[in-house]
Amino acid sequence: MTDDQDASKPVLAADGTPLKQSLNRALRRQKLRALALIAPLLLFILVSFVAPIGDMLFRSVENSIVMETIPRTVRAMRNWEPDGETLPPDEIYAAFYTDFVLAEENKLHTRLGSRLNYEASGMSSLFRSTGRSISKFDTTIYGTQFTEADAAYGDPAMWATWMAEKDNRKALPLTASAYEGWAEMIEDVKDADPATKKLSPIVYTALYNDFASGAVAPSMPAVDVSGFETVSLREQFGAVKADWLDPTTWTVIKTFAGPLTDGYFLNAVDMLRGPDGIEARPESQRIYLRLLWRTIVLSVTITATCIMLGYPVAWLMANLPNRSANVLMILVLLPFWTSLLVRTSAWKVLLQEQGVINDLLVWIGLVGDLDRLQLIQNATGTTIAMTHILLPFMVLPLYSVMKTIPPSYLRAAKSLGANDWTAFWRVYFPQSLPGIGAGSILVFILSIGYYITPELVGGTKGVFISNRIAYHISSSLNWGLAAALGSILLVIVLILYWVYDRLVGIDNVKLGG
Amino acid sequence: MSSLPPYASPVQRAWFYSFRVICGLIFFFLIAPIIVIIPLSFNAEDFFTFTPEMLALNPEGFSLKHYKDFFNSSDWQLAMKNSLQIAPVATIISVTLGTIAAIGLSQTHVPFRRSIMAILISPMIVPLIISATGMYFFYSNPYIPIPFYGKLEIPITLTGTYVGVVLAHAALGIPFVIITVTATLVGFDRSLTQAAASMGASPVRSFFKVQMPLILPGVISGALFAFITSFDEVVVVLFVGSANQKTLPWQMFIGLREQVSPTILAVATILVFLSVLLLATLELLRRRSERLRGMSPG
Repeated sequence: MTDDQDASKPVLAADGTPLKQSLNRALRRQKLRALALIAPLLLFILVSFVAPIGDMLFRSVENSIVMETIPRTVRAMRNWEPDGETLPPDEIYAAFYTDFVLAEENKLHTRLGSRLNYEASGMSSLFRSTGRSISKFDTTIYGTQFTEADAAYGDPAMWATWMAEKDNRKALPLTASAYEGWAEMIEDVKDADPATKKLSPIVYTALYNDFASGAVAPSMPAVDVSGFETVSLREQFGAVKADWLDPTTWTVIKTFAGPLTDGYFLNAVDMLRGPDGIEARPESQRIYLRLLWRTIVLSVTITATCIMLGYPVAWLMANLPNRSANVLMILVLLPFWTSLLVRTSAWKVLLQEQGVINDLLVWIGLVGDLDRLQLIQNATGTTIAMTHILLPFMVLPLYSVMKTIPPSYLRAAKSLGANDWTAFWRVYFPQSLPGIGAGSILVFILSIGYYITPELVGGTKGVFISNRIAYHISSSLNWGLAAALGSILLVIVLILYWVYDRLVGIDNVKLGG
Repeated sequence: MSSLPPYASPVQRAWFYSFRVICGLIFFFLIAPIIVIIPLSFNAEDFFTFTPEMLALNPEGFSLKHYKDFFNSSDWQLAMKNSLQIAPVATIISVTLGTIAAIGLSQTHVPFRRSIMAILISPMIVPLIISATGMYFFYSNPYIPIPFYGKLEIPITLTGTYVGVVLAHAALGIPFVIITVTATLVGFDRSLTQAAASMGASPVRSFFKVQMPLILPGVISGALFAFITSFDEVVVVLFVGSANQKTLPWQMFIGLREQVSPTILAVATILVFLSVLLLATLELLRRRSERLRGMSPG
């Protein structure tokens, strides 16, 4: 025996490489092959599904619109600390004037107004009415005075050469930025060459402000602006609407100037970011927590009715001989396989005031012909229709758990003296609990995100949070809020699925038996 | 308590029968709404309830006019055409990619198996309204996120296009294919492919000649699930599609929301028969695979 020698040398594979290395290589190849098979689908799901979900999550906090629409104002506001009483300094008004003129020309101001309206009502109409008056602001005197001081200032071609020079742009930051915005707008919106177009007053206003602060441009004619006649932009904004002289308006703009916002999420939980930090919304605007609560309460009700209706049925099927159980199983699977809209339309037809159920009740004499029951367009309608739709999801897991409980346990309990109820309650029921748990979580998860059925039979009192999400996407166009509500719903569902996974295992979801 | 023992007390006897009655009522609740719409769809009037003529089984109370409406309406015909064009293509994509990936997932050594599985199953878990919201945003303006740079926008719009709807539906159908096919692969005897390989078959050949025929029932039932998912789906179509891509469920949804026309009942009846057909196919497949599993050793 040469144990010592063998131990010091590595074991070799047939081709002479060490066995360990060879095995590792084979394992790596196997892993790579598996991944290569999975990769196309993974990529497909990432693009078609995961990216959209990520996009939605991102949109719930995304807020670049303010920065993109009024960049100069945002920059000028960086050092302004709102205290709720003082108005911002003149340069902020000047920057805002430049931004607003450009935004109005680019037709972007109403979009920003709607965005800020989500945070403070009145913003939308403020932006709209200001947009109508902004072109009539009396700022032409700067242009006139500059042209009088030096005729070159009235020449667009000169401006184009000046602004092409880096030193000028550096020396006159406000002017450069205003000119750049204006030139872009002329090219994009008017489809013209900025070197041939009469300059907008915003450029001269910015130029005046630059010169007034002592700037000297290397290759532009120097003009002494100390004797210039001036106009107050603050007063002109105030003349359009007094809101511009209200510090709160500016505080709102400053608060929501950042690239990210928690505003949508706060809105989704009925709060807002006021001047003194986060606070609850006024009573009349609190709708989402109530709606979320209603969604949860209705989902719990639906889950409970599903347990009540599903338990006896599953029990019967689990205890019947296979042949009859299979027949009954078809009665459960047929609704499961029937189109959701077929079932919803069936209920809509059955439950309406002139529908079959009310007709039947009148015929029996339970209700009078004139006071037919309101069974639809309310929470009752949602509960009935959704219970019917989700019942199979309760019966199937219950059945598969009950099938594994040996009937001999019940017989044993009875032979030891338990009566029927005790035997069921103390012996059978505890063993069926996993089925109830699995079915309940499944039904609850499905119900909490339901959209179609509540939309069609829920009226106003029986709608869910999902209906509100759809409303914000297609009607109110508050996409950020829709995304925030969706993210909250997603988190709830994922937590529940995590619980479900611990309890049952996601791979074990039974698909139709 | 599948049958009543001869020594049962009167109380037990009463409970036994009343329990059966209760279960009967629950089954009635499950089935009746679906059954009721079938006769209602033959109503000669534009009512949603049984007319006296119908109750008297008078032939004049019945007619095929709602079916005629369905086949003559350009809206419904477009919807049906779209449904029949979108669902099969989405199914083919889900089944092809899904089956290949399921085979990859069933190998012995798969790194990150749990995480990959979680991602692939996620379209089934996330509520449709959330998927629809995300897809509506992303498909209208797709981009590639690049860290520290921002968005690289892709200048195409998928919302309101056939491709967008198919893509979305294929994603929704994939979890079903993955689940059914991996479940079938668990029972697949790996030594069969090894035997094929030892006799000189290439991996591709042994896949098509040995593995595929054996896992075919799983693939077909996955395909049926994917098909019905797409065929039945309405939320995502409503958001991602436009009126040109309207499918049968879309048309039904719009019809039910605005004004209910009895044509919907005719459509519903047709769809009920379709689901009966699907259910029967699945049941046959299940029996077949059970039989096969019974025959295979181990």
